[in-house]
Amino acid sequence: MAEIKRGYVRPLDLKQGRVDLTHGSGGRSMVQLISELFAKHLGNEYLGQGNDGAVLPAPTIDGRVGRLVMSTDCHVVSPLFFPGGDIGCLSVHGTVNDVAVMGATPLYLAAGFILEEGFPLTDLARIVESMARAAREAGVPVVTGDTKVVERGKGDGVFITTTGVGVLPDGIELGGGRARPGDAVIISGCLGDHGVAIMSKRENLSFDAPIESDTAALNGLIAAMLATGADLRCLRDPTRGGLAATLNEIAGQSGVGMMLHEKAIPVKPVVAAACEFLGLDPLYVANEGKLIAICASADAGRLLAAMRAHPLGREAALIGEVLADDHHFVQLTTAFGGRRIVDWLAGDQLPRIC
Amino acid sequence: MKYIDEFRDGEVAKNLALSIGAAVEPGRSYSFMEFCGGHTHAISRYGLSDLLPPAIRMVHGPGCPVCVLPIGRVDMAIDLALNHGVILCTYGDTLRIPASDGLSLMKAKARGGDIRMVYSTIDALQIARDNPAREVVFFAIGFETTTPPTAVAIQQAETEGLGNFSVLCCHVLTPSAISNILESPEVRQWGTVPLDGFIGPAHVSTVIGSRPYEFFAEEYRKPVVIAGFEPLDVMQAILMLVRQVNEGRAEVENEFSRAVSRDGNLKAQDRVAEVFELRREFEWRGLSVVPYSALMIRQKYAAFDAERRFSLDYHSVPDNKACDCGAILRGVKKPQDCKLFGTVCTPENPIGSCMVSSEGACAAHYSYGRHKDMH
Repeated sequence: MAEIKRGYVRPLDLKQGRVDLTHGSGGRSMVQLISELFAKHLGNEYLGQGNDGAVLPAPTIDGRVGRLVMSTDCHVVSPLFFPGGDIGCLSVHGTVNDVAVMGATPLYLAAGFILEEGFPLTDLARIVESMARAAREAGVPVVTGDTKVVERGKGDGVFITTTGVGVLPDGIELGGGRARPGDAVIISGCLGDHGVAIMSKRENLSFDAPIESDTAALNGLIAAMLATGADLRCLRDPTRGGLAATLNEIAGQSGVGMMLHEKAIPVKPVVAAACEFLGLDPLYVANEGKLIAICASADAGRLLAAMRAHPLGREAALIGEVLADDHHFVQLTTAFGGRRIVDWLAGDQLPRIC
Repeated sequence: MKYIDEFRDGEVAKNLALSIGAAVEPGRSYSFMEFCGGHTHAISRYGLSDLLPPAIRMVHGPGCPVCVLPIGRVDMAIDLALNHGVILCTYGDTLRIPASDGLSLMKAKARGGDIRMVYSTIDALQIARDNPAREVVFFAIGFETTTPPTAVAIQQAETEGLGNFSVLCCHVLTPSAISNILESPEVRQWGTVPLDGFIGPAHVSTVIGSRPYEFFAEEYRKPVVIAGFEPLDVMQAILMLVRQVNEGRAEVENEFSRAVSRDGNLKAQDRVAEVFELRREFEWRGLSVVPYSALMIRQKYAAFDAERRFSLDYHSVPDNKACDCGAILRGVKKPQDCKLFGTVCTPENPIGSCMVSSEGACAAHYSYGRHKDMH
């Protein structure tokens, strides 16, 4: 009599298999997907416990209990794989950066996946592996997660929501409302790489541009910046809406204006050229590995030096200054010699980016 | 960027500004209309007016395809998407034009209309090939620049036997719009819109050439300088216009000689003539009904004419009463003269079409120049 294997389950077919509704139904298939894919790649002591939530030690920094910083970000990028990255690493970088720009040390991530029925498991594995690599490199583990499957046609392959928790030491107070007239406006590098990389692979719009997304975790760069002791007012990553949206946001929150200098704003020639023929303005194009720093002008020099010494801040540049302005206008002296407003984006410059 | 940066050089601009300042005769003022939205955009985007002497006033013209499209035409496109179940392909800028019942193509899309933004007619044809069971309509708008690609698309569809592709043709003609402005009582009789000359279209002229403007220069004694869309092009054209005015000349001069010839692109003109014929009349936003100012698809290509195919009728819809887009498009008013400007009418919530496209006079002034009204 043949021996029946107890609990025998055929392993996930990562070559030909596809997500189906059973992967989200709470049965064995779901457990299998979690253990053979998510836990396998993302595994760590917290995730491995398999509980409904992760029990984490109280956050301390330099041996003292710090304040918690928490942020969440939904990722719905199309296409899912793009030059320089994919939705997996993007979903880690995005949230790590949102926590880090508060001045906090990112500690943990939670990840929620919405998968569309029919999505190839091989693509899902690539995404999860990329996510695991990004989390490892940033030093921020994914400690809890969730997976849901929606019927075909009700999703767009994969949506990923990540939530991050970090710890903020006493004495660091960064925020959009803290910019003061006279402050310096600094950008960590070239604008628009992510947005243009994404667009170059969009359906109906593919063009060859030797450009990769700048997606990266900025917590290392930010730690180096904080270590200078410069009087930082605000850090922010200019994602959707680009530099223009972020600076308008800060100007509004702080009740100030800004004056930028077009010649000082770094944009790669290939990005400028792509924007030119698509009719876009690089100031409005999304970035995923850049930050804007507002700091006291006296400290701008040493902050820039520290940024340029870090691989992710090599092209950092002082691009403008904060002004007193009741209208909260962000203005620009054009390379041409005139002046204009850099306004909020009206509607969408791009259909969907991050 | 090669071939671009050369035309945006701040140092050259400074020298040109000095030349313009030196050329302007004391006590004299100069009003020039830049016909094209592309020029309007360049003037605002590069802060060009900061470099010009106060004696020069730039009047924004009606050459913004989105701005002159009347509500009734957008309504037809929305009707196709919502009530005829077609895939409607459109250039991005048209998505936000306010139409009847508080709708726009963007809002119609949210209501379930299958409306897709395309970058060119090639995309629209591809969508038709990919969806053989669906009707695919290309919402064709624009001046002579966008007309040849539409003509080619229709001929291509015929060659391929793409029976599910058609075009809602709203192409309009530049010379008719210029005559309409020059014939308007504000310019001709009352003199409320002083016009000393035109900056002639850039891209349009690559297709139609510089010859069509010779009539305006001769008949109306208005100098025309055809100029490219880069800021230095615009400044050079202004200098050339100032010199013509000073010397009492009214000629067509071509600043954009790197792309525009006297005869234009004959091949493109032939294609357009094969596919299109003049419409007897067409309603423009701002200029109202202008005879022989637009194109329609010839009988030979009737199968590709969405108006015939879906038996669409045009219904004229009046603009919002408080909206001054009409007067702004004719150069009679400036954007900031409109009561709605920047209050209820903003780029996020446009009431009039001039607030929609970044080439529109209102949107350009709101997005790039409104700080000048406040300080």
